[in-house]
Amino acid sequence: MESHKGVTLLDFWVSPFGQRARIAMAEKGIEFEYKEENLAQKSELLLKMNPVHKKIPVLVHDGKPVCESLIIVQYIEEAWPEKTPLLPSDPYQRAQARFWADFVDKKVYDCGTRLWKTKGEEKEAAKKEFIEILQILESELGDRKYFGGETFGYVDVAFVPFTAWFHSYETEAGFSVEESAPKISTWAKRCGERESVKKHLYEKEKVYEFVCMLKKRLGIE
Amino acid sequence: MGEGELKLLGTWGSPFAIRVRIVLNQKEVKYEYFEEDLTNKSELLLKYNPIHKKIPVLVHNGRSVCESLVILQYIDEAWSKSGSSVIPTDPYERAMARFWAAYIDDKVIQALLGILKATTEEEKTYKISETMSVMELLEEAFEKCSKGKTFFGGDTIGFLDVTLGSYLTWLKAAEKLSELILLDETKFPKLVEWTEQFLSTDCVKEIMPEVEKAEEFITKTLKPRWAAASSK
Repeated sequence: MESHKGVTLLDFWVSPFGQRARIAMAEKGIEFEYKEENLAQKSELLLKMNPVHKKIPVLVHDGKPVCESLIIVQYIEEAWPEKTPLLPSDPYQRAQARFWADFVDKKVYDCGTRLWKTKGEEKEAAKKEFIEILQILESELGDRKYFGGETFGYVDVAFVPFTAWFHSYETEAGFSVEESAPKISTWAKRCGERESVKKHLYEKEKVYEFVCMLKKRLGIE
Repeated sequence: MGEGELKLLGTWGSPFAIRVRIVLNQKEVKYEYFEEDLTNKSELLLKYNPIHKKIPVLVHNGRSVCESLVILQYIDEAWSKSGSSVIPTDPYERAMARFWAAYIDDKVIQALLGILKATTEEEKTYKISETMSVMELLEEAFEKCSKGKTFFGGDTIGFLDVTLGSYLTWLKAAEKLSELILLDETKFPKLVEWTEQFLSTDCVKEIMPEVEKAEEFITKTLKPRWAAASSK
């Protein structure tokens, strides 16, 4: 593996974290080999490339691993700087982009997961929290085309994979993204028209099928 | 880029604030420091970090930057001509620095709190062994990142040095209060050597709080707070 040249992504088909890396590389026109991992039986390669966390995604570039999805996206940005920048050049704007990507990272997945994993009062609380998160993001987006302004950028890459989960979240928790955060809904549709997003996100029904399968496996009604 | 008015909101003991102060010190950047009372957050804090309401917050020419690792990268880019660079320039080395910084922030506080909050000997022993595993990984990380030099960042203090280093006062306080040695030079010789080098650096010495102050805070404020919370 050490002498292998090129880019390989160790990933799991529906992972929004893996999709960040796929979309970033697609936006920048970077060719890569996709390797699907069986998370119930992790490969030798995955365990070797990410011994600390044993998680996907892992980007392997010329034999050297990079782990953690946003670290991978930043690496992609910096290792291929001449191709379609995802971050602005101004330090303050870059700090803002990093802050908001970190916000998405801290909030969206955990709260989103509680929307289908919990019931009753816990679920209601999670729903309220999730809508607040969407509204905070909506306020940050404002009337701009993308979080990156006129161009699709780092924060868009960080958040867009979760748009494939909106339908699952809405169905499980009983709310509407379009009603609670219309600008986010419009943004999601706009992103969905991009080649990179169309190619790497799964249809909402397929994601929901996956959520239902997980629920069954975890014994959640 | 780096001119203008600079404020930093922090607390004396917060590792997240300490790391920012060390870097500003290293780059000889002047700023106005505001010590926050987190039990009574100031108007300034709520204004400049409305989303998380946490410190540290850097306010540069009236615009705020939040989240310590974001702040460190901002300082590096806005004051790129002052002092040495905070984060490596090579993309792969930057990815390694970011990875280990995230690991440190995820694991170190939890490890120290685990030891301090343990209510039984069994729990304490388990938490200590968890902490040892974290330190083993960090000893390896140091070897890889330092490449034989003094600091994680090479010849000068960098991103990872301040991230891990900012916990040292609390780590030493935990050692004293729990009567154990975490920074064991027989197990982690490189980390122990690094600790001594780091703590004796001027830009660090001026900022790191005294271990006694941390011990007092744990004993007089944190432990009673934890006891009250667990008896509810």
